[in-house]
Amino acid sequence: MSGTARIERRRNVQLRLSVNGEDTEVSFAPYKTLLELLREDLGLTGTKHGCELGECGACAVLIDGEPQLSCLKLAIECEGRAVETIEGLARGNALHPLQAAFADHGGSQCGYCTPGVIMTAKALLEREPNPSRDRIREATAGNLCRCTGYQQIVDAIEHAASELRGEAK
Amino acid sequence: MMRLPWFDYRAPRSVEEAAKILAWEGDGAMLIAGGTDLLPNMKRRHQMPQTLVSLRQLEALKKVANGSGLRLGAGLTLSELLAVRGLRERYRGLAQAAAQVATPQLRNMGTLGGNLCLDTRCTYYNQNYEWRKAIDFCMKKDGAVCWVATASKRCLAVSSTDTVPALIALGARVKLVAAAGEREIALAELYQNDGIEYLKRKPDEILTEVLLPKADGWTSSYWKLRRRGSFDFPLLGVAAAAKLAADGTVAAARLVLGAVSSHPLVIKCDALIGRKLTDDAIAAIGEAAESRAKPMDNTDMDLRWRKHVVADFAGYALRELRGDDMSAMRLRIAKQMV
Amino acid sequence: MSAPRKRLEVVGKSRRRVDGRAKVLGQLRFADDLQLPRMLHAKLLRSPQPHAVIESIDVQRARAHPGVHLVLTGKDFPVPFGIMPVSQDEYPLAPERVRYVGDPVAAVIARDEQTAGEALELIEVKYRALPTIATPEEALAHPETRIHDYGESGNIHRNQAYEFGDVDEALAHSDHVFDDVFFYEGNTHLPIEQQASLAAIDGEGKLLLSSSTQNPHYLHRQLARVLQMPASQIRVIACSNGGGFGGKCDPGGHEFVVCKAALLLGRPVKIGLTRQEVFYVHRGRHPVLMRLRTGVSQDGRLTAMHLQTLLDGGAYGSHGPAATFYSGVLTPVTYELPRFKFEACRVFTNKPACGPKRGHGTPQPRFGQEIQLDKIAEKLALDPAELRLGMVTRPGSLTASWLRVGTTGLAECIRKVVEMSGWKDKHRKLPAGRGVGIACSTYMCGAGVSIYWNKMPHSGVQLLVDRSGQVTVFCGSTEIGQGSDDVLAAIVAEVLGVDTGVVRCVTGDTAITPVDLGSYSSRVTIMMGNAAVQAAERMREQFAGAVAEQLGTTPERVVFSQGRVFAAEDPGRGMSFAEAVAITESKLGTLSAVGSYTPPKPPGKYKGGGVGPSPAYSFSACVVEVEVDEKTGWIHVPKIWIAHDIGRAINPVLARGQVIGSVYMGLGEALMEEQAFRRLPPKLSGALVHRIPSMLDYKSLTALDMPEVEVALIEDPDPNCPFGAKEVGQGPLLPVMPAVANAIYDAVGVRIDELPITPDKVLAALELKAAGKPPRIGPERFPEVPYPKPMFVLPPWEGGDGNESKMPRPLGVAAS
Repeated sequence: MSGTARIERRRNVQLRLSVNGEDTEVSFAPYKTLLELLREDLGLTGTKHGCELGECGACAVLIDGEPQLSCLKLAIECEGRAVETIEGLARGNALHPLQAAFADHGGSQCGYCTPGVIMTAKALLEREPNPSRDRIREATAGNLCRCTGYQQIVDAIEHAASELRGEAK
Repeated sequence: MMRLPWFDYRAPRSVEEAAKILAWEGDGAMLIAGGTDLLPNMKRRHQMPQTLVSLRQLEALKKVANGSGLRLGAGLTLSELLAVRGLRERYRGLAQAAAQVATPQLRNMGTLGGNLCLDTRCTYYNQNYEWRKAIDFCMKKDGAVCWVATASKRCLAVSSTDTVPALIALGARVKLVAAAGEREIALAELYQNDGIEYLKRKPDEILTEVLLPKADGWTSSYWKLRRRGSFDFPLLGVAAAAKLAADGTVAAARLVLGAVSSHPLVIKCDALIGRKLTDDAIAAIGEAAESRAKPMDNTDMDLRWRKHVVADFAGYALRELRGDDMSAMRLRIAKQMV
Repeated sequence: MSAPRKRLEVVGKSRRRVDGRAKVLGQLRFADDLQLPRMLHAKLLRSPQPHAVIESIDVQRARAHPGVHLVLTGKDFPVPFGIMPVSQDEYPLAPERVRYVGDPVAAVIARDEQTAGEALELIEVKYRALPTIATPEEALAHPETRIHDYGESGNIHRNQAYEFGDVDEALAHSDHVFDDVFFYEGNTHLPIEQQASLAAIDGEGKLLLSSSTQNPHYLHRQLARVLQMPASQIRVIACSNGGGFGGKCDPGGHEFVVCKAALLLGRPVKIGLTRQEVFYVHRGRHPVLMRLRTGVSQDGRLTAMHLQTLLDGGAYGSHGPAATFYSGVLTPVTYELPRFKFEACRVFTNKPACGPKRGHGTPQPRFGQEIQLDKIAEKLALDPAELRLGMVTRPGSLTASWLRVGTTGLAECIRKVVEMSGWKDKHRKLPAGRGVGIACSTYMCGAGVSIYWNKMPHSGVQLLVDRSGQVTVFCGSTEIGQGSDDVLAAIVAEVLGVDTGVVRCVTGDTAITPVDLGSYSSRVTIMMGNAAVQAAERMREQFAGAVAEQLGTTPERVVFSQGRVFAAEDPGRGMSFAEAVAITESKLGTLSAVGSYTPPKPPGKYKGGGVGPSPAYSFSACVVEVEVDEKTGWIHVPKIWIAHDIGRAINPVLARGQVIGSVYMGLGEALMEEQAFRRLPPKLSGALVHRIPSMLDYKSLTALDMPEVEVALIEDPDPNCPFGAKEVGQGPLLPVMPAVANAIYDAVGVRIDELPITPDKVLAALELKAAGKPPRIGPERFPEVPYPKPMFVLPPWEGGDGNESKMPRPLGVAAS
């Protein structure tokens, strides 16, 4: 057990976790959430924020494969966890099928809610390779988008799902 | 960016250790499980604990056990709860309630215990510090008056948990553990009608377990009123459970309203015993429920309307118990099948 | 030079948008993603008082707090700002008076945001409370409680009246006169990105502001004014915006604060607003109370309309002067209207300032008019779609108010949406509780005049091409998610016959891009696009002249297609685009071309006639289906159909996205979005606060609340527009709200004449219906507003010349 079992006032703490498959060690102010840690201490600004209160979904990342809101996750509670962000999705220079589909089918307009939606969709497709449009809407109902009206987000996830199923064959 | 205030942090390895820390730290310490209720409140300076005592390492709180009923660890996330085998079949109302809490991501974080201890809510209270300063604060935090009803002696913040009405309808009990010992009480006994002192949990107690009785012969249902298909806390929750004989005669029944008071409101269903769930019987219970509900102007939507629809929502729940196909209505109200 | 005709190769094809890759990789840098060495953080202290005099501010303790570098107050900003020259009424930090809860009064700049936040709590401000104004009615009734000491009088900010032909006379001779009052509640943009700004001093000692702004050019001018610096010493970069919708058009106090701090400290200073602060910055939809008196002939033709509006402006001017005009000026563009009288008044109240939100001023009267048309159709026993079809404005016609309509596909939109939705089988035919409603609308493709008076182009584009074959296009336009960079790349690529992949867009940077006025009024595709066409054609002309000889043809016969350059008569022989560039560069030297665009002069010459004219207008028609539970009033929207006259879609996937996104935002406004305020009991408190400044409580539709939308793009290229492309970002929002209201009437026979339309209102109306009373919920009366004497202008068909003229009938003589 590392030092994160206990912290004391106004001292930075040390944390080890896996970020996008890489072991990462970071020293940070312990009041920070995972959102702040990623953006400010690790420079991973692909994860966005729209309220920091769990009311918009823009900051969703995968923690041990599950979509969670980084704005309500104490960074110190991520000791030993595997965190995946939008920066870790592409393979080499090739976009992940979800990324490609969002770019091609209008799933991303201003692009600000996009990372949170894509990460949420990734977890969905890993569990359910062939979700219905209704099921996609349910799974992404925690991600507010003000640009798209969601329809092209659903389109993009459907396209990516079929692409991923094709690859699996 | 909204940020947390500074705090100290402890992550005990056992319930006993956690209870000891709580006893030692006193009022300055708060428990954190999923954090989805506490952290926004800390960011808005409702709560500024000196020390956070994390429950995340307590494996005991994640346990699920079948026996004479179902024992659910309070540390299960709502998603984990929904994945409990047989839950949807045996305790449909609880599953319907849990599936409608907040959003998919928040259900991956928030715990059953957290939803049971959810802070009461009010549009005069759930605001940033700066906003609350502009109304000179309120009784629940840093102020003197309840702005919902200025003559009120008590805080009128609303019990906004979805799972509690469902669990009370199912006859759930909870286990509370403190350094000095543990106790088990009916879940309904955990709450009181006060927006500030809404929990009868003692500050050094940890809610560790929820115990559900056997579901044999019982059927249950939960209907939630909210503006949107996601995110929103209930403006009304109606949980119903009944034990029905083969011919549909009611042997036992419970109806519980959420979000229309500072505590879950248990509606007497004695009139149903020995009768069938006829349209008339349902309407009578609906009217009784409506007359008991006291929605205030401290949440979303028009309060008179919220009171008016209590009978309708009670009807949806009871008709679902009766076996009516409510799927089209559920889709329109909940925006999804739950 | 007109090039040989070729089929369009880029325009009209669905493509991955040029900025798509960076967005899905999380690589695109929004303003808050920027970090610089030695960067400090700013936070603002905002007023908890709705209306008060600042008696003193003590910042000593904050200044002494460890980690604090600077504290600024109103004293540091003697010069006011305001997006419009006639409304310079705001200070970055209020010097002596606060006018709404949230007005910024002080700023702390510290080593980190946490420290800045702690120090804010150490600032002591003494306020002397003043009486507050919460509504337009109060504003009119209490001129003595004056929020500003400028404006027309009392709390009236803008007050105006126009009459195009004798409206009373026409109404007196109409078969029917419909007189309705409607209310449209205010709402806000709610971009997911909260505004952020980073100011720094560059290596040359100049100020650089990177900001989430839709209008870097106007911001640039305002910075020079407020900071009292030459504009040449300031560079504004508009970062990609995480949504704008009009909310990032005004300069914000926070932008001046970080600039001033960076100048004083010589270090980068960043600020990111909290969500609550975004609600306070607002500049959203004006709440508008309106009255429409409309004359109709028995055969379903409009004879005249008298439109009165009363706008709740909030605490500052913002775009208010324009919004006041827009609460009426586009009304005559949709349907033939022989005479039109329009009176509008904007008042100040102690709430966050209203401004431009998607549709800017026009959704409100559109809501009223389209519901009124539904009532008219019922009275005349006409199908509402047929009624509209019978009176759409004609292409190239003038309105009574002297707006030139240009091309219109409205009739086609109506026919299309009627067909797609199965309207004829549904309207007045669905079972009880289910219904459909139709509504139409129009929007402009860019405002005909700039926000400040000048004769310069509205948009400029510069192209650089070199031997690498790379095309770099520079424009001050601003990508806010709408896809303007993609439009720019597509147009240049089309003209030069290359793929968008070889075009690099450099946009929204006042130091290196030609001026474009900004992302507002749906102007970008048309104005930037026309400038880009001109620049690219000039560039192509240089290439054609240089390579024609080698291709054995004349310059007019040189074709640019698919990355190749060849003679029309011999496509097999030719060269690559890069080779053509190299030949041209050898002959002419370094290659560049510029283009610019200025909208045509409007036909109306009367004072005020500059607001409303546009190079082109888009049109939309929408059908909404609803299911209403008659026991509870619960509203469910299963499907929406919309047809939009876009002229031509540059990139159909993006165009459709704009349409669906507009429908989404319109549906939210129809059903739930509400910028609502609350007073506490006056005996106990003077508070006047935003009810719900949060993402949770300000309700916006989730993926589960949004129905599927079926979209038809009606393409009839407009000659004033680049490749015929009209706007698509705002127009499709407009018909949604009245279509919802009309559908509810079709479903359950009740009229909800105000927004948002909520179940409690529907139920209340159903109860009125059951009691045999008029089944309507909406405002009961329109208050006495002291409008000025109208400016009278004769319509074109009554012998007018576009100037103000005398009323043919002296005022006060009754119309017979």
